[in-house]
Parts: sequence; C-alpha cells; structure tokens
Amino acid sequence: MKRVYAREEYCLGCKLCEVYCVTSHSKSKDIVKAHKLEEITPRIIIESKDNISFALQCRHCEAADCTKACITGAIQKDEETGIVNYDAVRCVGCWTCIMACSYGVIRRDEYGDKVISKCDLCITEEEPACVTNCPNSALEFEERE
Amino acid sequence: MDYVIIGNSAAGIGAIEGIRKVDQEGKITVISDEEYHTYSRPLISYYLAEQVSAEQMKYRGADFYQEYGVETRLGDRVVKVDQDDKLLALESGEEINFNKLLVATGGTPFIPPITGANKDNIYTFIKLDDSKAIAQEVEEGDIKEVVILGAGLIGLKAAEALVKLGVKVTVVELADRVLSAILDQDAAEIVQQNLEAKGIEFVLEDTIEEFSGTDRATAVKLKSGQQLKTDLAIIAVGVRPNTELVQDTEVELNRGVIVDDQLETNISGIYAAGDVSEGYDLVRGSAAVIPIWPNAYRQGLVAGQNMAGASESYNEGFVRNSIGFFGLPMITAGIINPEGDGYEVLSSKLLENNSYRKVVLQEGKIVGFIYLTDIDRAGILTGLIKEEQDVSQIKEELLADDFGYLSFSEEERRKLLWL
Repeated sequence: MKRVYAREEYCLGCKLCEVYCVTSHSKSKDIVKAHKLEEITPRIIIESKDNISFALQCRHCEAADCTKACITGAIQKDEETGIVNYDAVRCVGCWTCIMACSYGVIRRDEYGDKVISKCDLCITEEEPACVTNCPNSALEFEERE
Repeated sequence: MDYVIIGNSAAGIGAIEGIRKVDQEGKITVISDEEYHTYSRPLISYYLAEQVSAEQMKYRGADFYQEYGVETRLGDRVVKVDQDDKLLALESGEEINFNKLLVATGGTPFIPPITGANKDNIYTFIKLDDSKAIAQEVEEGDIKEVVILGAGLIGLKAAEALVKLGVKVTVVELADRVLSAILDQDAAEIVQQNLEAKGIEFVLEDTIEEFSGTDRATAVKLKSGQQLKTDLAIIAVGVRPNTELVQDTEVELNRGVIVDDQLETNISGIYAAGDVSEGYDLVRGSAAVIPIWPNAYRQGLVAGQNMAGASESYNEGFVRNSIGFFGLPMITAGIINPEGDGYEVLSSKLLENNSYRKVVLQEGKIVGFIYLTDIDRAGILTGLIKEEQDVSQIKEELLADDFGYLSFSEEERRKLLWL
C-alpha cells in the first residue's frame, strides 16, 4: 500500500505538515478557523533536535500491534485499503494502543480527553494533506517494498 | 476440519480470526458458559460506572460469528474433555467432536479462605454478570459503603467505578502499596494520593479476617482488629488460570496450561491461549502466565493459525498494562521492581505534574518500564523490549521528555522507521 515516508535530509522542521493535518481534519477546512475555532489534535508527530527533524505518522502496519492490543475492538485494519482505522465511539481512552505502538504515533486527543487521534492517510483526499503541503518535499506518499 | 474453541473472549476471538486467515472452510464452534456476544472484559468497570452501554461492550460487531462462519454454544458449559476420542461433553447433554481444540477458558478469581466469604453481597469482579449484579445492587439497594479487598488493577477499577456512582469505598490491601505488581513505591504513592483525593480510603498491610452478618455481610473484621461497616464487598486478590477442564486429561499443567511457542500443549491437537495458558515470558526468559488482554488476543491469533495448519511462533509475551484512574494514566511493562544482580535502573525525578518515568535494563536491553502521567510514545519502549534492542548507546536519552527516534543514530532510525 501507499504510505507516507519522511526524508529527514529535506525536512526544515517548519511544522506546516501539522498545520495542514489539522486543517484537513477540521469541519471548516479553513486554516484559520480550524486552528482558532475548532479543537483538533494533529495526527502527526514531529521530532526535532539539533537541526534534524522529521514528521512521522501511523505506519499502517500489516500486522498492526495496536489492532491486536485494543481492548474494545475500536482499532481495526481495513483489509481493502490497508488503513488502520479507529472508531471514536468505541474508543474509551484506555491508551492500550499507545502502549502497543512501537512507532509512538498514536496520540491522545488533546480536547476530547477520552479518545485517540491517529493518521487516516486523509482517505477522502487524493493524497495526505501533510504530503501535499510540505514545502520542501520532505514527505513522500508512495508504494515501497 | 472441526475446530472447537472453549472461551469467547480475547484469545477465543483471536483464534477464530487466526483460523480464518488460513482455512475458510473448516467448521468452527465456540463454546462459552457466558451467554453474551463476545464482549470486552476490561470494560466491565466502565459499564459499572455507566460510561459504556451494553452495546458498546461488544468486542466485535453483531454479525461477527456469521461473518466468520462460527457456530456458537453460548450459555452452555463443557463438563468433560475426552482427549482420546476427541470429544467434548456439554452440560446440555450435547457432545461435540473436535479435530483441533483450543482451551481459552481464562482465569478464575481466587477467593482466600475468609470466614463468611460466601455471603450474598460479596462479589468478585471479572465478568459482565459481576458488573451487572453490582450495578443492580447499587441502583436498587441502599449501598452507601463498599469494602474492596485487593488494590490491584481489578480492585482499583471497581473502586473508581463505585466512587463515580457516589459510593464510599475502602480498599484493604495486604501489600504496603497499591498496584504492587505493576508500580514501584514512588509511582504507587502518587497513584494512591490521587485516589485518596477522589475519596477512596486505603487500609494497607492488612487483610480481611471475617465478613460478619447473616445472609449479607454488614461489616468486615480486619486482621489488625479494625472493623469496617460495609453494604457490599468485592474480593479482588488475584486470578488463577482456569485449568479445571483439563485436569482429568493428560494435558500438562503447571500454574497454567503449558504451551510451546506455537501455543500447542503436550497433547497434539490441543492448544491453549490467554489467561489459562503458561507460555514463554520474553523479559524473564522463562515460562509464565501472562494474564493481559493484548497477550491473550495475540496468543489466540497464533494458536488459531497453527490449528489450521500454519507454523507461526509467538515469543513476544510479557506483562504490560495501560490503565488510568480518574484521568491519571500509566503504562508499565515487564520487570519494574528488579530483584537480584544484573539490572540497571534509570528513573526520573518526580515532576510537579506527577510525571514519572523509570526504565529497567539488563545487559543493555530494556526489560521493564513505568510511564506515569506523561505516557505518550510509551510504545517505543514496548517495541524495544520486543525487539530485544541493545540501548546502551542511548541510555542517557531514555528518560528524556522528548525521547523518540531522534535519540537513535541515523542508521538505526532509518531501519526502525522503514526510511
């Protein structure tokens, strides 16, 4: 499946990927309203230290540990798209998936308190917003072996 | 091929999904003495606290058994396992043949020999029916005070739920701290203070000697001599592998049903998974019962695949828990209170926001950790335990707030992140 891959040698640490991730998952789809009026947790992690940085999202693993650890059945891998999805209604915020994910890319929702937040590859869009809006092509969306 | 699974929780469901990865045709029968559609046991405290509905308890969708082609015998009970004829006798009188059998019977709460422990209002707390019965008592009865024996995961989740329902709770615990199996002294103190701030009272280093009252317990007498009034009591001192069914067979038992790395017992064609089983513990390097949900599902999944003819191994078992009380989360794994030589313990200072981290190393590898309050990205450590990664080069980074993949060398990072 197509996944997002970081190229740390090109990443400027500008965090625009995070800004557009939030916008993409907003109701308004408006960059200002999304940040000022809506309460949205980014679904991306940015690591940054000593002039090196990169962005990381859910790897949508083939044998995803989070889906196996989830105590409610809220996290499931869609066998057709390959995307690891979660059902916010069934999530109780026990954070077992955070314990299970060795990439550390599942976040606690900063506003809802009780549910997780993770990358859905912007499934309704042509490509993930973080990739589209990276000014330096430090994120690639492609099929790799 | 006839597959029979005894047990309808995490390991049983894992096995169904595992079998169907390999064999879409074989007949699968799942038997459980509980009448319910598969549900999440860890959610029973959420159910008691009225945070999830019966519908939300379901671990898989309503059409799960149909979708996976599973015949169910729910609310029935296996009374005899005949390993030679590969035949199960059910309480209803039905007999079921199997070619491959999975024993996924979970655990049974341990009831210590306390005088009066059989009274009507004394419960254990591991099944949905336990939660329903307690909820009904609280709803209908005059339940103002509850005593819980045991400050482990089950006891404290029950305590939290009851406090949310407005009940006064006292927890009696033999150890000198709460959650002694998964926390160290420092972390346990923070958690206890947080629970006390919510109104839970603790009596540590003490235990219940007697429940007094007629049909219903009205008071408990502690070993120290202290007396506590109670309208209902919960015993939560531990769970033991429910091995009863195979005790009359030649299936080899220790604490649990002994399984190899393919989850098969010493009897060909009979497998075990989940809380009833005793498999390999990665961090201890020996056999152990690892009674946690993610392990049960994983074992079930691998057992199911192997029952259907695959040859998968599972060697990634170790204790790990993510749990929280009144919004204070913690993730802990492996060995957190090491005894003996050969361990190196790194621990952070306790921060004002109650954040605390501890990592236990052995021969340069992580064998245990505690993340309290700031639990984000704890899974990176879980992964490092699983991969048995040598972290001696990045030891100084392990407790850092921003510990992540930039803490590794570029080469390691690219490897670990598939970049």
